[in-house]
Amino acid sequence: MKIIRRLAAKIVGQAIRLFASFITALRADWQGIEPVPRQRVYFANHTSNGDMPMIWSVLPPALRRTVRPVAAADYWLKNPIRAFVGPEVFNCVLVDRRPEVKDKPMDKIIAALDEGSSLIIFPEGNRNMGDEPLLPFKAGLYNMGLARPDVDLVPTWIANLNSIMPKGEVIPLPLICTVTFGAPIHVREGESKDAFLSRASEALASLRPVEREAN
Amino acid sequence: MDNTTSDILMLSFGAMGILLALTMFGEVLQAQRNPSNPSPVLETFMTRVKSWWGMTILISLALLSGRFGVVVLFLFASFAALREFLTLTAKVRADHYSLALAFFAVLPLQYFFVWCGWDGLYSVFIPVYAFLLLPIVSALRGNANRYLIRVAETQWALMMTVFCVSHVPALLNIDIAGYGERSVLLIAFLVIVVQLGDLLEYFFGRRIGKTRIAPGLSPKTWEGMACGVVCAMGIGGLLAWITPFGIFGAIAMAGVTSLVGMFGNIVFAAIKRDRGVKDWSHLIPGQGGFVDQLDSVIFAAPIFYHLTRFFWRV
Repeated sequence: MKIIRRLAAKIVGQAIRLFASFITALRADWQGIEPVPRQRVYFANHTSNGDMPMIWSVLPPALRRTVRPVAAADYWLKNPIRAFVGPEVFNCVLVDRRPEVKDKPMDKIIAALDEGSSLIIFPEGNRNMGDEPLLPFKAGLYNMGLARPDVDLVPTWIANLNSIMPKGEVIPLPLICTVTFGAPIHVREGESKDAFLSRASEALASLRPVEREAN
Repeated sequence: MDNTTSDILMLSFGAMGILLALTMFGEVLQAQRNPSNPSPVLETFMTRVKSWWGMTILISLALLSGRFGVVVLFLFASFAALREFLTLTAKVRADHYSLALAFFAVLPLQYFFVWCGWDGLYSVFIPVYAFLLLPIVSALRGNANRYLIRVAETQWALMMTVFCVSHVPALLNIDIAGYGERSVLLIAFLVIVVQLGDLLEYFFGRRIGKTRIAPGLSPKTWEGMACGVVCAMGIGGLLAWITPFGIFGAIAMAGVTSLVGMFGNIVFAAIKRDRGVKDWSHLIPGQGGFVDQLDSVIFAAPIFYHLTRFFWRV
């Protein structure tokens, strides 16, 4: 049974990857890092439910095998299909965001890092629905960088997903999606939380392709 | 093996022979250069030759397989081109349905009509029905912000990448006396004349080009273009035997389509400059996107189709 589930997870994963590539001509732009196996936290902008599968799909197989997206437990455990796809296909680190739970998200994240996994996180916390390129970052990224300073924190910009799959739409539009990986950052010695988070936010926003306003 | 098939094979092998010669020519030049000092012109030339290999093989297979293969090949080319185009156009959330309809209804229906040979329908489907219906769908979502720009750019994308491109397979539907099944060779004629004209225009433009046609927009020169068109006419004359045009007709058709195609390339250079991009995408390595490859064919195909229909249809 376990083998069948693992095989099914592999097949579903490949299907998601092929579908994403076919629809969006998905492409990685390795601006600041090389696609080599190193322990990293990819922190990305978040506008659509398609964001995480896009980063997961664009990573080369060797990197994809060791990466674990950090995702909300309430979303991924809602029904049996999600409960299969989230934990078993994407190998998510599921965190419970409710304040009353004992199982603190940061403990699970640090445990995943200590196992040697790379992570995908969305430091804005929620999907960005506004006109600003990024929402203010939550503290999680800073705490990870402080607790495990050797891990590379890689800014990762996902372009166009807000047009391809906006919140509430069912049919994805086939537009070209490029995932840009920037140069890694680390928490500097003595750097305050706010200073680091704004530096991280700037590093991510600088990867955004210049969007030309039609006028 | 019938006549048409053997003619397609002959043209394919001829094209591959030329590509082989070009590949060897480029390799020899590359071998002679100091590897620490690569020439950008030579690099561009070599990547272009490589993508022509791919195009030649794909088009040859499609032509050999007949109507279905040709329609499917250009359907996918249109899909890739429309995706590149709409990635760069103005759109908001309110356009989600109309853009989804453009991709998943308008595009396949247009090629279905071409496949069925309903020329009365595929000639008006996008310029009339899509033109009127998609703006309705966008307007119903109630967002007026930059509305005219959004619907106009979407319509432009459909006209260029679906309507115009579909005129290549539509050549199969023109009834020409005594030509019959050989109409698939019209596609070969169009593609060879336009592509070789472009290649020679590029070559001569680099060599003797002086006067820019559209300075600040495209490197094309009047001298290069004149040479390219004259060469295209010569090639058209040599290929007259695969067409129903006769030798002078073939020369004239080659000249007109090649000229229109080159101006089409300038139009697409203007769009790219407006949007601040160098290439339409990165799908064809070292070459840019599908629209970069198709731009001259996009302009040449409808003109070629209608001139053929007007002068040679039964």
